[in-house]
Amino acid sequence: MIQFENVCKRYGKATVIDDLSLTVEEGQFVVLIGPSGCGKTTTLKMINRLIEPDKGRIFVNGSDITRVNAVALRRTIGYVIQQIGLFPNMTVGQNISVVPKLLRYTNAQCDEITRSLLQLVDMDYDVYAHKYPSELSGGQQQRIGVLRALAASPPIVLMDEPFGALDPITREALQEEIKKIQRKLKKTIIFVTHDMDEALRLADTIVFMNGGRVVQIASPEEMLRNPKEDIIKNFMGKRISKVDYNSLLAADIMRASVLKVHKTKLTLECVDLMNRRQVNTLLVVDDDERFLGIVTIDDIKKHGRAGKEIGDLVSTETSVIGAGDSAKEAFERLVDSRSGYVVVKHPNDTVAGLITKTSMVKAMAEAMWGEQE
Amino acid sequence: MPVRFDLMIDHLTIVAVATAFSVVIGIALGVAAYWFKYLERIILGFSDTVQTIPSLALLSLLMIVFGLGNKTLIIGLVLYALLPIVRNTFTGISGLAPHLREAAKGMGMSKIQVLVKVELPLAFPLIFSGIKIAVVTSLGIAVMGVLIGAGGLGYPIYRGIQTRNSALILSGAVPVVLLALIFDYGMSKIEYMLTKRAKNKNEKERTTCETNLSA
Amino acid sequence: MTFMAKNSGLIINETLNHMRLVGISTLFGLMISVPLGILLSRRRRAAKYVLALVGTVQTIPGLVLLGFAMIVFGIGSKPAIVVLTLYAILPALRNTYTGITEVDPGCIESAKGIGMSNIQTLLKVELPLALPSIVGGLRMSVIYIISWATLAGLVGAGGLGDLIWTGLATYENNFILTGAILAAVMALASGALIGLLQNIMTPRGLKVRR
Repeated sequence: MIQFENVCKRYGKATVIDDLSLTVEEGQFVVLIGPSGCGKTTTLKMINRLIEPDKGRIFVNGSDITRVNAVALRRTIGYVIQQIGLFPNMTVGQNISVVPKLLRYTNAQCDEITRSLLQLVDMDYDVYAHKYPSELSGGQQQRIGVLRALAASPPIVLMDEPFGALDPITREALQEEIKKIQRKLKKTIIFVTHDMDEALRLADTIVFMNGGRVVQIASPEEMLRNPKEDIIKNFMGKRISKVDYNSLLAADIMRASVLKVHKTKLTLECVDLMNRRQVNTLLVVDDDERFLGIVTIDDIKKHGRAGKEIGDLVSTETSVIGAGDSAKEAFERLVDSRSGYVVVKHPNDTVAGLITKTSMVKAMAEAMWGEQE
Repeated sequence: MPVRFDLMIDHLTIVAVATAFSVVIGIALGVAAYWFKYLERIILGFSDTVQTIPSLALLSLLMIVFGLGNKTLIIGLVLYALLPIVRNTFTGISGLAPHLREAAKGMGMSKIQVLVKVELPLAFPLIFSGIKIAVVTSLGIAVMGVLIGAGGLGYPIYRGIQTRNSALILSGAVPVVLLALIFDYGMSKIEYMLTKRAKNKNEKERTTCETNLSA
Repeated sequence: MTFMAKNSGLIINETLNHMRLVGISTLFGLMISVPLGILLSRRRRAAKYVLALVGTVQTIPGLVLLGFAMIVFGIGSKPAIVVLTLYAILPALRNTYTGITEVDPGCIESAKGIGMSNIQTLLKVELPLALPSIVGGLRMSVIYIISWATLAGLVGAGGLGDLIWTGLATYENNFILTGAILAAVMALASGALIGLLQNIMTPRGLKVRR
């Protein structure tokens, strides 16, 4: 278990960590995320005392880390960084067994560790153990970087944007591997990233930081559902549902541009208009733009005579809904209506728009996947 | 102790003449090494070797061939000054981003035009730094000219050592050291300005690229 | 050939003398410059000034320094060794400094982060990675010193310069040729030899590529 108690850190006048308190449970995969300069890397590096806090205390498994010699402390905490930092003068095997060697393990033990760890990432001992880092690909190098951190079986591993410099495919493969390793070896992992996808994929708990403070601590699921502040929403981008389905209104799913005609329009004019605009229905309004009813091309054909005013032909047997009614209700009306559309009215009876099956589907698509091109 | 301005001028003249020759020859050899791959090893190897030979040894060997006097000293200085100029010309040109060369070629420039209008101007800050090293080294080595009958500030130093006269040594040594420091300082300043200008240009290019990308 | 036979004792003697001067001052130079270079890599702000100062000393012509050293220390090996040591310092110092400061910061952060103490980081990571650069500096130092050591004859320290001086003073070209060629060969051979050493001392991991 790792605990931060009211930790502060400033560089000159800039406050990097502002009264941070945080608890990380054993065996958790905790991802620190936030915009650059939010203090996530500083937080990480304070755990292995690469950076010392100005105020506050940090405990690892109940003991204050300032009571332990920094070098001894670091040997019990794995550390992986973005620049990888494998020692180019040492072979893969030597790199992996650096910490065990520092802890005076025997050669046989070191060799055993190297073998079993390489197996963990499906790298053949005979092929890779005696190669130098410069002979490996970036992804392979970082695998070794991770193994080096695991070599002395530290219960805690710190990872500072470890996959940030890798190409997306390699990154994904390594994310999967590290998650697998964490589950298998039950490590406590503190992982810094600025990539929300990565955080969502890996974390048991996401700690979102900004301006040296914790904004929200939550599981990925919870953070997706209830992001606490706008900055988190922005970070989530399109992954987050921008629309609350229950609060969706009829007005949100309608088509606002509809063909309206005044009741005094004559029948032939209307037929001509319908022909030109390729529609079979017109919404008829009065002097105050209030909705009177609809006229279909069939109505005109059946009952209309040339030169008559359209107002006499309106049918009021249409589904109508208020703009402020819920989208769900509008949906139900739409399904029930035989005409395939629902007219949306403002409270003052003027026409707001029309809900058709097309407008409905479009609105739902937008809610699910964001604004469509 | 009189300040021997005449000797200072002598000294500077010898170094100036030698530097003029070594700049022309050095840049030419640097370009040749870049143009003709098979000459690269020979030219760079030759200038490297010459630099390795102890100066007294080189000067006295040259004296056997060319006799006593300023001419021999100048030849020696030219040989010594070659390495920094050749090497910096070569690395300066071959270190340029290939896209610059391609762009120049694409605009229809000939090999010579690419060299004169693109490669040499862009490599110039580095070439200049080579010239600086050549000048400062030459100022020091020219002191040895006195041993092969050439003029300059070496004379009072040598006489001073022979007669154990520190004042006499100083009358030669102080101007030599001052000249070396002044040239080192002044030319470093120019070099810094040249590199900064080149860097600024690059920076500007990069920002325009970025703006275009983000636009 | 008769010249060689007649003077073989002198030639061998001065060659060995030259080597002795070079060997001793190189050793002193390294003993000063490597620890100082390591120290400077820990004190980067001071490093700028120290390197500038040592660089300035380097611009003083050998003849001048030698003259002063003679006035201070008298005739013999002593002034020569003092001056040559001074000349040996700069290249080795600068290369030790840059060699260490140019080690990938990621390596150093990892070294610290996985629990190496400062001295372990220096011995296991920084120095091995800086070694090629340090040996490169050593090569330059040795070449400089062999060159300036030819002037040691002026202050009575002997060496191959003595042969050249004798030749210059007596217009005896054989002396000049022998001294100059031997000095040149010595410089070239040491350069090549140390270059080889540099290659050997470069960690294999820095040479192999994928």
